[in-house]
Amino acid sequence: MSANGKPKFAMYWAASCGGCEIAVLNIHEKILDVDANFEVVFWPVAMDAKYKDVEAMEDGSILLTLFNGAIRNDENEHIAKLLRQKSKILVAFGSCANEGCMPALANLSSIKDIMDTAFTTISTENPSNIRPQPYFTVPEGELHIPTLFPIVRTLDQVVPVDYYMPGCPPESHQIAAVIDLVIQVLQGNAQLPPAGSVIGAGGSTVCDECARKRDVKKIKKFDRIQNVMIDAEICILEQGVLCSGPATRSGCKAICPAAGSPCIGCYGPAEGALDYGARLMSAVASVVDSNDPAEIEKIFEGIPDPAGQFYRFNLAGSLMRASKSGWNG
Amino acid sequence: MNDQFEPVIIGFTCNWCSYRAADMAGTARMKYSPNIRLIRLMCSGRLDPTFVLKAFAGGADGVMITGCHPGDCHYVEQNYKALRRFILLRKTLVQMGIEPGRLKLQWASAAEGAIFTEEVNKFVEQVRSLGPLNWPTSGGFEEMFAVPEHMLVKEVTT
Repeated sequence: MSANGKPKFAMYWAASCGGCEIAVLNIHEKILDVDANFEVVFWPVAMDAKYKDVEAMEDGSILLTLFNGAIRNDENEHIAKLLRQKSKILVAFGSCANEGCMPALANLSSIKDIMDTAFTTISTENPSNIRPQPYFTVPEGELHIPTLFPIVRTLDQVVPVDYYMPGCPPESHQIAAVIDLVIQVLQGNAQLPPAGSVIGAGGSTVCDECARKRDVKKIKKFDRIQNVMIDAEICILEQGVLCSGPATRSGCKAICPAAGSPCIGCYGPAEGALDYGARLMSAVASVVDSNDPAEIEKIFEGIPDPAGQFYRFNLAGSLMRASKSGWNG
Repeated sequence: MNDQFEPVIIGFTCNWCSYRAADMAGTARMKYSPNIRLIRLMCSGRLDPTFVLKAFAGGADGVMITGCHPGDCHYVEQNYKALRRFILLRKTLVQMGIEPGRLKLQWASAAEGAIFTEEVNKFVEQVRSLGPLNWPTSGGFEEMFAVPEHMLVKEVTT
């Protein structure tokens, strides 16, 4: 409890884009409930606070921490461990913290390739090939910038996590519902779900929430969305555009398919799916309409980057976690 | 004892054809390499790609998927699904840095004990020549993210 008697709240971004923070602010006036019920003690994107302030807090003194972002470097890891120690409830918030999301696609490449791409390719003006150094001495002392790990990890691969809240970003109505629940718990009107639960999401798949008409799926050709005039009523996968709905957890109300765009899988693996990409590959392969190996190969040419496609959000959380060049340098 | 590399291979068989082929090889005293550990499924169509990934992530050096010949599936056409999943999975695994030679699809009818034996032995030798896979999730996951000295970002050229 803080001086004003309110429980403490923190939110942190590790390797992420900031979309999760925007999604939190997108709950509109409900954010006032957060302020009314919590003392916000640490939220770098919204207020000024220093790491040393958090380090000075008592262990377990923050009631609720929403942690978004994957673990990409030693700074992310340090803060993940620090917030675990200081928080009673640590929530892996958003796809990056849950399963790696976009930052984890870097697990398909070696650090060297990533650095070369960032600092030497044609889009970069860097004639003397200057590279960042983790340590640099200036008259005021030694400066340190975070060091990249070869592999991006999810939050629960670094510290124990109490709850998982998926989504890229989590939908605002889901965030509002979770905040409501926590406030109800604080007032003694509700109970927290069992530790380790997925919160703010459904237990089924996006297909289950999707209003499009489904028929027998027989796919002869995969194409990219810009090459297809998407019919407004029929299942997008049946129209030959790869849709991740069959493998993806429900909870978003299938807003992408409703807008004529395929599900890209941001809510992560559906309940019970051990490996998101495997689940999706299984579903996609089974609806291909050919029994001839050469023709099947040809149809799959329509999916030129299967690892990127099937593990767009889930590489760090997948069984393999990275490619060989990712972990082998 | 010799010190040649002994690959660990997981083999998935279907109840109606390829498992019977392995069974026939056994009753006919045909020898095949003990490197393969067979797992019986009701059908190759039951083969979720998760099983293959779990095998690799858990330390297998190769995975062999077997089933009834095309047209012979006990469940009409589920082995075609296995074929499609195999092709897509192999393509994905190549991007992950797993050589295509570590994954094999083989049809074998219940009468083809000899073919089954021969193909298992060929596959074991093929994986042996590729060497150990040693996917880090099978041992200490720690080594996956420890930062080796040569990977620390510190070089500056002026």
